[in-house]
Amino acid sequence: MNIIIAGNGKMGSSLTRQLSSEGYSITVIDSNATVLESIANDYDIMTIQGNCASMDVLLKANVESADLLIAVTNQDETNLLCCVTAHVLNPDLHTIARIRNPDYSEQVYKMHEMFALNMTVNPERQAAKEIESLLKYPGFLRRDTFAKGRVEIVELRIDENSKLCNQPLSSLHSITGCKVLICAVLRGGTAVTPNGNFILQENDRIFVTASIDNISTLLENLGLIRREVKKVLICGGGRISYYLTQKLIKSRMDVTIIEKDFARCEYLSEKLPEATIVHGDASRQSLLDSEGIFSSDAIVSLTGLDEQNMVISMYASTCDVPKVVTKLAHLESSPMLNRLPLGSTVNPMQLCCNTIIRYVRALRNQTGAALSVHTIADNQVEALEFLVDENTKHCGEPLKNLKLKRNVLIASIVYATKTEILSGDSIFQPGDTVIVVTSRQNLINKFNDVFEE
Amino acid sequence: MNYKMIARFMSRILLMEAAFMLPALIISAVDGVGDAVFGFVCGILITLAVSAVMGLVSRNAQLKFYAREGLICVGLSWIVLSIMGCLPFVISGEIPFFIDALFETVSGFTTTGASILPEVEKLSRGILYWRSFTHWVGGMGVLVFLLAFSPGGEKGIGFTMHLLRAESPGPDIGKLVPHIKDTAKILYILYVIITLLNILFLVLGKMPFFEAICTAFGAAGTGGFGIKNDSMASYSPYIQNVCTVFMLLFGVNFSCYYLVMLRHFKSVIKDEEIRMYFGIVLVSIILISLNIRGLYPTLEETIRHAAFQVSSIITTTGFATTDFDLWPSFSKAIILCLMVVGACAGSTGGGLKCGRALLILKSLRRNIHQALRPNQVQVVRNNGRRVDERVLRNADAYLAAYVVIIIASFIIVSLDGFSITTNFSAVLSCFNNIGPGLDAVGPTCNFSIYSVLSKLVLIADMLAGRLEIFPILVLFSKSSWKPR
Repeated sequence: MNIIIAGNGKMGSSLTRQLSSEGYSITVIDSNATVLESIANDYDIMTIQGNCASMDVLLKANVESADLLIAVTNQDETNLLCCVTAHVLNPDLHTIARIRNPDYSEQVYKMHEMFALNMTVNPERQAAKEIESLLKYPGFLRRDTFAKGRVEIVELRIDENSKLCNQPLSSLHSITGCKVLICAVLRGGTAVTPNGNFILQENDRIFVTASIDNISTLLENLGLIRREVKKVLICGGGRISYYLTQKLIKSRMDVTIIEKDFARCEYLSEKLPEATIVHGDASRQSLLDSEGIFSSDAIVSLTGLDEQNMVISMYASTCDVPKVVTKLAHLESSPMLNRLPLGSTVNPMQLCCNTIIRYVRALRNQTGAALSVHTIADNQVEALEFLVDENTKHCGEPLKNLKLKRNVLIASIVYATKTEILSGDSIFQPGDTVIVVTSRQNLINKFNDVFEE
Repeated sequence: MNYKMIARFMSRILLMEAAFMLPALIISAVDGVGDAVFGFVCGILITLAVSAVMGLVSRNAQLKFYAREGLICVGLSWIVLSIMGCLPFVISGEIPFFIDALFETVSGFTTTGASILPEVEKLSRGILYWRSFTHWVGGMGVLVFLLAFSPGGEKGIGFTMHLLRAESPGPDIGKLVPHIKDTAKILYILYVIITLLNILFLVLGKMPFFEAICTAFGAAGTGGFGIKNDSMASYSPYIQNVCTVFMLLFGVNFSCYYLVMLRHFKSVIKDEEIRMYFGIVLVSIILISLNIRGLYPTLEETIRHAAFQVSSIITTTGFATTDFDLWPSFSKAIILCLMVVGACAGSTGGGLKCGRALLILKSLRRNIHQALRPNQVQVVRNNGRRVDERVLRNADAYLAAYVVIIIASFIIVSLDGFSITTNFSAVLSCFNNIGPGLDAVGPTCNFSIYSVLSKLVLIADMLAGRLEIFPILVLFSKSSWKPR
């Protein structure tokens, strides 16, 4: 499949890395020759230098034989123009545009029609959604929802006081009092798929599959229930803050935003009258103290600098703020960061990339493609959701009889009426949804790929 | 430095070379030439053994590769390839001396076509085939072949670009399609198609099939090993004209053929390099024809010889239909200039390359403008687009390295005491991968006159010329071998 990626910024290069490793033919367009040269040395792709919205450049990138255009330059308008122009040159082309200006966010669905877009992505909005869901269940480092919200994979860190510390996985059910499954453990920077004899240790990060009904039981029995988040302190007043505050105000939370640009403060104050807007530098600890960091239930660091976010979050952790969320835009979560008390980390670009990758895979195999793709455990593990249909092999066979590929795990089966965490006798039937967890070395495009042939 | 990865590539290349020797072995076996069969069997076995050792050493190689490894890998591969490739010549006893055989093989792989053999016709057909085949595969590139056809080539990994860039000639190598494997495949498929066309046209001219294959290989790689003592002189005018046309075609940038295939005719016709290339050819033919009129009985013959020699030299092939050493000085001077200019970038030809010469001239013109008006801002453009300053700097650096190496080689080769014309043209001819020079190394003579030292220098020149200097030069750089 031929894919054109217009714009080689953070997002463009991240998409290039992931999509080229999956074997697609990729052409990258950017106006900056230097960044193109470095990416052409790293990945097996073609690069075209120029303005991606010009017909001449698009023709050079062979838009006529392309299947998909992903426009992720730093300007919404360029992205739109690029998609429209390309669509004129090739009516069969699928187009994805990044639209991040909040002024357009209300009209984005109209824009799909107006500009014949197949999808728009908004990293900030997606990040806001993710942070909102983290704030609703503050015990988790991260939550990924599947099957229309009926199943979740949640991330927990094992600390020395945890009931799970130094326990084998086989005793999981008796401790948690509900049926949950640990599908991956991140220890010392590497993800492993554990078996029943695996003993959990301090500082392990575990990924637990649970149905939505079991989530509160799980939290309660692990002693992780914390008071509901009422008061949130947000550092940085960028787009994510804007979207996030909108959502949090709807759930009646008390939101304070600290932003250092005065004009931006005025803008936010105009758009978000319910929130408290404070003008000041969020990296000053005295300001955080005076804005009540000690009484906050959650602190979210969303400034434009990763370093500043890390410092703010580390300070918040020492102040014992119950829930800390850190935005990291540049630093991919790495073992280095594991040691730091950053709470949950959110990478807006990565979230968006996953959405796009899911779309690409769905485009490649129109039927049987994953309904959703989530990367967990420092991007080492993929969790995918599939719909079982008539073409699925091994329908109605108990799981214990199936031979799966190495490092592949069926984590959950969602039946029409109930969700089940699996036993060896579980079966799946057409119409069910299954959630598969796999290491990234395996490329699972459709559900049948999980079986060892 | 990722030595294991380099070993892994060499293992694969040698495996491929062993496979390449098989047809030659079969031809020798069919002809019943015992010595040649023995030579090829030993050659294949030794090559396989070395390949196996390299494969064992590099079992757990990491797939990481940077520009430095790319350059060294290409440089070393070509040396190892040549050493293994000369084994059949030595073992079969048809070219008994190792240095001579090495010279012949390097001359083959680098598509030079300079020979140390006084009597080509004495060689058996298997050996002749192998000699010509090295031209064919060396022309488009051995590593490019590996990239195109090795099974399970890792898609999506960019490092192999360093290999393509190090092996393909030209100042600025780009891909045709996103995947390097597909790019390499397209190049080779085009190459095979044009070669087959060449064979077809030669056979239509009543050339024996075997000779047609060898001649086409020589023309395709712009090599120039003849299979007759008098190169192409004894063939019919039709065959000579076919050769003229196909040599010129193989001197064109192969990405142009891809563009033609995609029906982008305009960008090919407007390409500045192509225009320059055909312009030089046309002007040279006219000037030489005027200069040598009277040497040949008819006008047709005059133009035919002029055209053949011009296209043979500018594409750096080195076939000859007549002894141009007997031409007047003016014509010989033009021939020498053509040797330096060479064919288009991205073709199988050698030399400085028209594209690079164009860039050097353009940046020279800019320097003159800037000397006159110091505040003038001017970017160098090629085909309507800006040329990156680094590409220009590289072209200038290339020219400097080119001149330095040629002068150094010229001085060393002169120790043997032949005329200045002989020595200078020999160095130019080897470095630019042409074949024949002037005077004592002219079209009717050969390189056997030189001493072992000079032959080694010329071997190095041929490799440096084919790989555009840097892959060979870095082998002598201390920093290449420092552990990272």
